[in-house]
Amino acid sequence: MAALFEATHLHKRFGSQVVLEDISLAVERGELRGIMGPNGAGKTTCFNVLTGRYKPDRGRVTFDGRDLTGLSPREVARRGISRSFQIMNLFDEYTAIDNIVVALPSVRARGWSMWRDLGRMDSAYDEAASILQRVGLAGKAQVASRGLSYGERRALEIGVALAARPQLLFLDEPTAGLGIEGTARLADLVGSLKKQLTIVIIEHDMRFLFRLADRVSVIHWGQVIAEGTPAALRENPWVQRSSLANAGAEGLAGGAA
Amino acid sequence: MSSTSRSTPLVTAPMLVTLAALARAPLWLGAVGLYQYVALEVVIWMIFALAHNLLLGQGGMPSFGHGAYFGVGAYAFGLLQQQAGAGLLGGLAGAMLCTALVGAFVAAFISHRRGIYYALLTIAFGQVMWFVAMKWHSVTGGEDGLLKIARPPLELPGVRLSLTSNEAFYGFALAVLAVVVVFLWRLVHSPWGRVLRAIKQNEMRAAFVGYNVWLYKWSAFVLSAALSGLAGALFAMAQHSAYPNVMSLHNSGFVVMMVLIGGGLVSFWGPVIGAALFILARDLLGAYTEGWLLWYGLLFMAVVLFQPEGIAGAWQAWRRRGRGTAPPAPSTPSTPSTPSTPSTPTGPSGPSVPVARQGEA
Repeated sequence: MAALFEATHLHKRFGSQVVLEDISLAVERGELRGIMGPNGAGKTTCFNVLTGRYKPDRGRVTFDGRDLTGLSPREVARRGISRSFQIMNLFDEYTAIDNIVVALPSVRARGWSMWRDLGRMDSAYDEAASILQRVGLAGKAQVASRGLSYGERRALEIGVALAARPQLLFLDEPTAGLGIEGTARLADLVGSLKKQLTIVIIEHDMRFLFRLADRVSVIHWGQVIAEGTPAALRENPWVQRSSLANAGAEGLAGGAA
Repeated sequence: MSSTSRSTPLVTAPMLVTLAALARAPLWLGAVGLYQYVALEVVIWMIFALAHNLLLGQGGMPSFGHGAYFGVGAYAFGLLQQQAGAGLLGGLAGAMLCTALVGAFVAAFISHRRGIYYALLTIAFGQVMWFVAMKWHSVTGGEDGLLKIARPPLELPGVRLSLTSNEAFYGFALAVLAVVVVFLWRLVHSPWGRVLRAIKQNEMRAAFVGYNVWLYKWSAFVLSAALSGLAGALFAMAQHSAYPNVMSLHNSGFVVMMVLIGGGLVSFWGPVIGAALFILARDLLGAYTEGWLLWYGLLFMAVVLFQPEGIAGAWQAWRRRGRGTAPPAPSTPSTPSTPSTPSTPTGPSGPSVPVARQGEA
């Protein structure tokens, strides 16, 4: 079966520094793909190339059989690909629900309406409320996003990405800065999304990643150095050497037991 | 339905209060030692400041050369009248169209910029236009400007109103202000307005949820320029002339001061408050001292330092204290006793967003 999302032979350099050197990834429909690797391995750059923030110097990105290479973030978003950010990117003055509302495709389709009262678009607010509920922020709808706690902002970040009704969702280090409890809640959320979406996650927390991912790609030196199911990757020498491997392996053992 | 508390009425109480207060101005102006013309200028500057705030407050685009569009409107109105024989409404529409076109051209060069670069480019374009107005004698009249611009009568089917007196023209300007206020009020509550404010808060995120950030910024600039041109055209009528000074950096600075002191960053009404305060300060302080701008400048510095959200911001903070709530607004949906307040003069971005969605079944 053809992959839903495919990147082939991506190259990206900044000045003399080669950040991506021949990255190829193929993500199947319905899959949850994890991406791991050490700091500076090019994971976030890879995301930025895949979602249109940077243009690759060479290589091709296709989604659902169509070429996405070099499209702007707006055009990538309109094709059904959504992303969250490692460093949070919210509309800080807006309430939680308004953050979601503005990201809805139904509102985007009316974006050039200058006379209609957005407050009267009940279906948009209903939809936004259900997304807030999904990410666990039902009680915070009217709180300005800058007034939310760190964990809540993380959840809203994912909510805004979900609001676009994507077919494919990229999450950039969603557990960054979350405590054990927050990470557990996030794992539940991602687990529930997994049934409806194709998801690609960059993550340092191997326990989190190995528990959820169908397949994991390891990126190092701008290349994919290993790829496989979490169980298969446990045997990989790099993964074993990694300082995080123990935690990941424990998680696996716990999951297997 | 509870959802109506989220919606925005076409006309709100502050609108009616403001317009009513302005409409009564001719009755008391004389009593406080002012003259009719001042009220006229206040109303014109209110339109200009509102137009400017569409960029600065709503869109987060610091245009520091906006006097240029005010000036283009003034010249366009004068030229259309004197060269093409345009009447009142035709002249105003033509002036708006001309400024919209100039704005569209300029915005095409700056809409991918932000912050200080945006500001510098707007100043540069503003200076270019001011220079053109100074030097292009055959069209603009150079430093003397265009003189003898008439106030054409208002001609509607079955009515013909002369606007030559300051009183009559004031009434007309007030009607224009009312239309502009209603239009902008709708605009900031429309999907377009909300997207613009989202872009102000986070351009990158707006692009990643699928918006054409450049085009929204461009269109905001065009609209703002057109409304500034409208104000400029009215000013040309008020002054019976159009001259380069209105395009100067000075004038561009004045409108920024109005918007910031009034509180345009946090409130729809900020520019209206600021314009009134500025013109009144000019005339009242100006009566006592040549150096009134010094005192006003000190006031401006104090506001920027101690009350950066301006008068409207201070008012909002005072009201919040009065209600015993602290920002951010409480999210308890179980207080139906609080009257929903979509009509208070808080800005659309104020934290007192009415509670929506009570008791989802």
